[in-house]
Amino acid sequence: MLGKTANGLFWMFRYIERAGNCARLVEAGLRMALTHSSGGEDEWASIIATAGVVQGFKARHGTDYTAANVIDFLLRDRENPSSVRSSIDAARNNARLVRTAVTREVWESVNQCWMTTNDNLRHVIREAELPAILESIKQDSSLIRGSLHGSMLRNENYDFARLGTFVERADNTARILDVKYYILLPSVAFVGSTLDNIQWESILRSVSAQRSYRWTYDPDYQPANIADFLILNRRMPRSLAFTYDKIVANLTYLAEDYGERHPCHETAERNLNRLRGKQISDIFELGLHEFLQEFISDNNRLSAEIAEAYMFV
Amino acid sequence: MDPFDEMLSGPDEVRGPYKKYYDWFRDQDPAQLRKKLREAETFFRRSGITFAVYGSQEAAERLIPFDILPRIISGQEWRRLAEGIEQRVIAINAFLSDIYHRQEIIRAGRIPRELIEGNDAYLPEMIGFTPPGNIYTHIMGTDIVRTGEGEFFVLEDNARTPSGVSYMLENRETMMQMFPTLFSTNRVRPVENYPNALRASLKALAPPGCRGEPTIAVLTPGIYNSAYFEHSFLADQMGVELVEGSDLRIVDGRVAMRTTRGYQPIDVLYRRIDDDFLDPMTFRPDSALGVPGIMDVYRAGNITIANAPGTGIADDKAIYSYIPEIVEFYTGRKPLLPNVPTYRCSEPDSLKYVLDNLEDLVVKEVHGSGGYGMLVGPTSTKKQRSEFAKKLKANPRNYIAQPTLSLSTVPIVGQRGLSPRHVDLRPFVLVSDQIRIMPGGLTRVALKKGSLVVNSSQGGGTKDTWVLED
Repeated sequence: MLGKTANGLFWMFRYIERAGNCARLVEAGLRMALTHSSGGEDEWASIIATAGVVQGFKARHGTDYTAANVIDFLLRDRENPSSVRSSIDAARNNARLVRTAVTREVWESVNQCWMTTNDNLRHVIREAELPAILESIKQDSSLIRGSLHGSMLRNENYDFARLGTFVERADNTARILDVKYYILLPSVAFVGSTLDNIQWESILRSVSAQRSYRWTYDPDYQPANIADFLILNRRMPRSLAFTYDKIVANLTYLAEDYGERHPCHETAERNLNRLRGKQISDIFELGLHEFLQEFISDNNRLSAEIAEAYMFV
Repeated sequence: MDPFDEMLSGPDEVRGPYKKYYDWFRDQDPAQLRKKLREAETFFRRSGITFAVYGSQEAAERLIPFDILPRIISGQEWRRLAEGIEQRVIAINAFLSDIYHRQEIIRAGRIPRELIEGNDAYLPEMIGFTPPGNIYTHIMGTDIVRTGEGEFFVLEDNARTPSGVSYMLENRETMMQMFPTLFSTNRVRPVENYPNALRASLKALAPPGCRGEPTIAVLTPGIYNSAYFEHSFLADQMGVELVEGSDLRIVDGRVAMRTTRGYQPIDVLYRRIDDDFLDPMTFRPDSALGVPGIMDVYRAGNITIANAPGTGIADDKAIYSYIPEIVEFYTGRKPLLPNVPTYRCSEPDSLKYVLDNLEDLVVKEVHGSGGYGMLVGPTSTKKQRSEFAKKLKANPRNYIAQPTLSLSTVPIVGQRGLSPRHVDLRPFVLVSDQIRIMPGGLTRVALKKGSLVVNSSQGGGTKDTWVLED
């Protein structure tokens, strides 16, 4: 396989994942705004921080964190390289590059997603249409993942696509936690008020996990349980532990196929080991913020090492 | 005089090849057919078979309109065409070999030396070098027009990098999906094996330095190229890698591609970039599309480049008018397929004639392509003609002129039933250990009433092309 193709597959799925995550973030923000319970602009500012686009937003809108500005910036703005629109454009450009490396179903689902998204985001979005548009973005990205799942041979192509998905997802979950880490810390200030509950639910909502949380833990929100769910739970598909299980598995397939291990294998296994056999209290003791910061930076390093090992450029 | 209609010889009088189709067509509900047409469009858009149009921002990705009424050629007509095409590609390859070696045709005074050696498409780097199999143009697309029963002319020889074959294949695929019954009642010769034929053809011309099974790759300028869809389609169908210049480098005297397991050598490169961009060390130094040093590898016999560099001289419009001489010189026979009569504006008598008759002529730039920079006399305004006359006088060698032929028409299915539109035909030929001509080709159709310009970059459409087995 060409290094460029591996790169294209990896980034195509990073961008698809990013678009879906971004839609989820906006959705969670919207929910918060509707409950009128928090300082609205603070909430939108924290969403911009979670998406990792503070600089770009300031250049565009200053500190004017209104719902309209944030939503436009995250969904439609082509100047924002992480906006849904930019992500889907980039995903499709990568898909065109790797057209010969994916099935027809996968290509068509990406192309379809690109057409719908472009259509939906052509004009400034009215409040009333927002929920439907967010839903369509999430659905389209699920369709792409589903067609990958249902139609692709489990070979190196699949491995690179999955690596892209999970590296991006790990980054996204870690960021969500890091921006909100203070509301998860055991503190006297938080006593399970309505406001806390809304904040906690918002975190779960941004990873589409309100219901599965109730299946797993005591239905009353406990910050430690939420952190456990998103960091250590190996069954929760957006948790750090889950994504690293998958990353290590896919890297192992590649090592077996190619008969060669690279530094990225060491990094991925080290990152996974930090998540295994841990209690959430251990992480709180270490410092949640410090832990997440380190995780994000190691995850970035892993991405660069994968690119290097498989000659992406 | 009305142009020759390939389907109808009179009201409700149908020509031979179209008989069965027309019987079927008459029984169809027009509303149903239009629905089918919309289905076809959705299918094309979803699968992303689009064509980038230069200089047109909002339509950066546009569909090439597809018409559901096929263009049908009888087996007998096809045999004549195929013989003519075969004769032409043999002559063109012999010509290319000659002008890069002994130049017999120049010495015999049949072509002016100046015309070859002063031509940008003639590459001195190729002089004295013999490509694998002595073949220069491996893939050729000959543009053919028709003016009447049995009257075919060659309009252009696309000898460097003919495009459009993917549309030939997708058009057939679409027709078979939409109207399967038509293919059980009509015996249409298949074109689907083109990718296999292309691979076999490329494989048979591995360079001397190749050990074992040859590795083939397709070289594209990248996703922003207007024909990128085709490049990726062909690579996919052949089961080979689609590479860009940035994927390639010279490793141990071979051209190698960067793979996830390191650099792997390539033996045969089907390149879809122009000569100029192929090797920045030999040609344009600013080219980022090519591979620095590939020409040295080529000359050392360690890679086959298809089509060979320097092939473009054969489809240069200035050479075109000499093709009848070329065919005769190398095959010893008159051309089976005639050229369209062509005036070389470099010759003073011709220039005068052209200037006096601009209204009746089509004037083309010698090096132009894609229907840009041409004047279609009969549909031009007085102002356009006088502007063009100025250009002609300033640089006569840059132009040729041809009479406006009364191009044949085939009906398209429009909102109000059938309406005749002008067509041309581009059959595809593969030259290698043997000559493989696909029975069919790309039929391009001018969608505007009366228009003679069929190029997809100028709003032309396509039709499925049937060659019948008879």
